[in-house]
Amino acid sequence: MLDLLKGIWTVFKHSFRKRETVLFPEEKPNRPPRWRGRIILSRDPDGQERCVACYLCAAACPVDCIALQATQDEHGRRYPAFFRINFSRCIFCGFCEEACPTYAIQLTNDFEMSEYYRPNFVYEKEHLLINGPGKYHDYNFYRVAGISIGGKGKGESENESLPVDIYSLKP
Amino acid sequence: MNGVFYLSAIIGILATLMVVTRLNAVHALLYLIVSFFSVAVIFFVLGAPFVAALEIIIYAGAIMVLFVFVIMMLNLGSKSTKQEGVLLQPRSWLGPSVLSGILILEIIYLMAYSGSSPISSPAEIAPKQIGMALFGPYAIGVELASMLLLAGLVGAYHIGSRRLLDSSSKRGDKE
Amino acid sequence: MGEPIRSIIVLAAIFVGVLATAAGLIWLERRLLGLWQDRYGPNRAGPFGSLQVVADMIKIFTKEDWIPPFADKPVFIIAPSIIVVTTILSFAIIPFGPGIQIANLNIGLLFFLAMSSLSVYSVALAGWASDNKYSLLGGLRAAAQMLGYEVFMGLSLTGVIILAGSFNLSDIVNAQRKMWFFIPQFPGFLIFLIAGLAETRRIPFDLPEAENELVAGYHTEYSGMKFGMFFVGEYMGVTLISALIATLFFGGWMGPLLPPPLWMIIKTFVFICFFILIRATLPRLRYDQLISFGWKLMLPLALLNIVVTGAVAIAIN
Repeated sequence: MLDLLKGIWTVFKHSFRKRETVLFPEEKPNRPPRWRGRIILSRDPDGQERCVACYLCAAACPVDCIALQATQDEHGRRYPAFFRINFSRCIFCGFCEEACPTYAIQLTNDFEMSEYYRPNFVYEKEHLLINGPGKYHDYNFYRVAGISIGGKGKGESENESLPVDIYSLKP
Repeated sequence: MNGVFYLSAIIGILATLMVVTRLNAVHALLYLIVSFFSVAVIFFVLGAPFVAALEIIIYAGAIMVLFVFVIMMLNLGSKSTKQEGVLLQPRSWLGPSVLSGILILEIIYLMAYSGSSPISSPAEIAPKQIGMALFGPYAIGVELASMLLLAGLVGAYHIGSRRLLDSSSKRGDKE
Repeated sequence: MGEPIRSIIVLAAIFVGVLATAAGLIWLERRLLGLWQDRYGPNRAGPFGSLQVVADMIKIFTKEDWIPPFADKPVFIIAPSIIVVTTILSFAIIPFGPGIQIANLNIGLLFFLAMSSLSVYSVALAGWASDNKYSLLGGLRAAAQMLGYEVFMGLSLTGVIILAGSFNLSDIVNAQRKMWFFIPQFPGFLIFLIAGLAETRRIPFDLPEAENELVAGYHTEYSGMKFGMFFVGEYMGVTLISALIATLFFGGWMGPLLPPPLWMIIKTFVFICFFILIRATLPRLRYDQLISFGWKLMLPLALLNIVVTGAVAIAIN
């Protein structure tokens, strides 16, 4: 009986405590930088798409909400013809970000994605692509990768020496 | 007040008729509760509000709840409704109703020829007076009734606890 | 001319007041629970969220009122109205001030007990008529619980009746002019409080609905305003028990300075808040605990209270 009264008194004392609720629309909750929210596609510092359409994100996605189609421009640079994320299926696990070899796909801090109409949750490439490098400011995949592409030959990447001319080794 | 009396009397009779003729046990019980209400109203009109309140508390509120409880536990289905329907064939109700009809005629005859007093609401009997009467001249009746109830209580406890003892001894045997 | 108009005004005021309180409790309970659980509760609609009541009303009135095809239709429809009717009728006997009372019945307390014993039909029949095993279990639990708790609810009030010498609630309030009854009748007060909690089927005695074992118990199949009636009936029951505690044990309308009805309302609201505080604190009891607690502890205590009160009353006289 005394324990009951003690419990009731403890609960009553809570009327003078600070309330824990974050009043959401007026007061934004604190989100750490690695928060897994809305997915974006970033560009490299030159302003070109980072995505090389390798399909690794679509393969990693546990709910199969990513769909894309690879294509190439005249320089042989791969990019997605379309890139579609169905956010009504997405579980924001971040596997796509981990799978991405070029830091193209990134999860952001934004989570306010309410819609009245379900098909609005399907984001196309123009909705996903942002005009910046996202979390990785200096990274440029084609500048560090050994692949040759229009305007950049073999061995012109950072930290890359020119290919060895095997005939120069002749005795 | 006479109008109230006749109204509740008619409701009481109709409700009781419905109790007899309903096939569904719970519906019959509900009509029985309504007839208890009408009896309570009659008591109230006749100047016995204490009895009226007790009628509702004890009969309608406690005993009928037990009835409803038991019927809910029994889980009667359409089968029992069919069984009840058989009981309502003339063959099974004709005899009893003829006998009770004779009784009703006797009552009407007695009331008509013995010059019964008309219904008039006497002075309201306060609960205090009832208490005085119960624990004064009728003390022995109260005591007897309480002994009877105590016996019932002990008996019920015995019946309830015997099964408990049995099951515990059985459990003892196994171990 | 003056008397009938006055009684009609009193009747209307009490009726509207009770309904408004019951509706307001929807909001108050959620706000207070929020306060005691360090959150806010409804605070969007209107000032401090008070228009939540209106929102809930609109929602509950416009919802589909569905009757399951397997239900016993007439009983299913009658059941929710019983609880509202019996609870509203009980308010007729409560004095909100000297002379501010709908019916000054000689058997006031007995009338309350009669009405509260009838309100169990609402739950039991709702459980039966739904023809659903969870509902049936809820109804059975309610019936068993009420049977146990009716008995010592009546017995716990006997001490008050002995002290006041009357069933009339105005007389009982007047008898508390010298001393409020919760001092000489403290055990009776506690027992009545517990019985009142059981009577209103609130936590820790909300076994008939027990949402994590029986879905929602007796009102599983109910929707729309039929469910709303159970809902409102519960809150009116809380108001009723609080008003009765204030009347029977805490001097009713009596108090210094403020007008009598205001004192009555203040006292009632204190107890309503206390009921909500209990809900915020205690967990639900197990069913056998509940029944054995009622019959083995509360009933003997109530009887002991009567014996001691009666002996003292005789000794003083």
